[in-house]
Amino acid sequence: MNREEFLTGLGKRLSGLPQEDIDERLSFYEEMIVDRMEDGITEEEAVAEIGSVDSVIEQIMSETPLAKLVKEKVKPKRNLRAWEIVLLVIGSPVWIPLALAAVIVVIAIYIVIWTAVICVYVADLSMMVGIISGVISIMLYCGAGNFAGIFFAIGMVLACGGGAILLFFASKWITKAILKLSKRILLGIKSSLVGREA
Amino acid sequence: MDIQLKRGLLDVCVLAAIKNEDSYGYQIIKDMKPYLELSESTLYTILKRLETAEMLVVKSVEHNGRLRKYYHITDRGLDRIEEFREDWKEILSIYNFITREDAGHE
Repeated sequence: MNREEFLTGLGKRLSGLPQEDIDERLSFYEEMIVDRMEDGITEEEAVAEIGSVDSVIEQIMSETPLAKLVKEKVKPKRNLRAWEIVLLVIGSPVWIPLALAAVIVVIAIYIVIWTAVICVYVADLSMMVGIISGVISIMLYCGAGNFAGIFFAIGMVLACGGGAILLFFASKWITKAILKLSKRILLGIKSSLVGREA
Repeated sequence: MDIQLKRGLLDVCVLAAIKNEDSYGYQIIKDMKPYLELSESTLYTILKRLETAEMLVVKSVEHNGRLRKYYHITDRGLDRIEEFREDWKEILSIYNFITREDAGHE
């Protein structure tokens, strides 16, 4: 294979990358070949030393971040072919609901998690209301001279107070934990898209 | 080898290859050959990364009627090598600790 064939072959196979990148890479490989030839080997040998187009492509792909590839892939280079559009349209009753369902499931899970957190907060709040109503009951029972009622109300206030304090710390801890978890999940998604650099 | 560690090592290797005088792609590969086999595409990625990090600058120099790209190390690149030497001391002491632990269990 001569230099020309190698570079043309490489250029064609790199079409998944931005044109600028392709040109720069091709000139880099060309320089490598010419420098080898200056070292006293033939053109064919120099190209052979670089390796086959396949092996070069494989290396380049493993070293290019996935995100860049995906971005370049998603960006339409050409108009969709007729059969591709037909396929997309025919398939839309299947893939649109599926895609929507996936998004909705994720949102639903998130809502459920936060609803649970809100429940804890509401429970905490109701405990606090319990304390207030307990205090009011104590005053009322005092006015009525009902000792059993007073003891009952004091017990209620203490129970509610304990519960409120416990739930207050619990809700704080849960909120923090969930925020941390959300952050980690987001990071995981990002790194699975970007982190494939070699 | 851990991919992050290896990447960092290769970066410093390439910087070291252009440390004393400007060099070009094929020369860098030849200089490193006795120590490690570096493919063209790997070198390209490293050079690109170092250029983006402003650790080297690229100059096109006329050579035999064509332009050849020469890579020139910047102060930041030199700093990176120095940083590596410091890091390496730390790694070595950790290595000593690890191997000492091994010996203790035998």
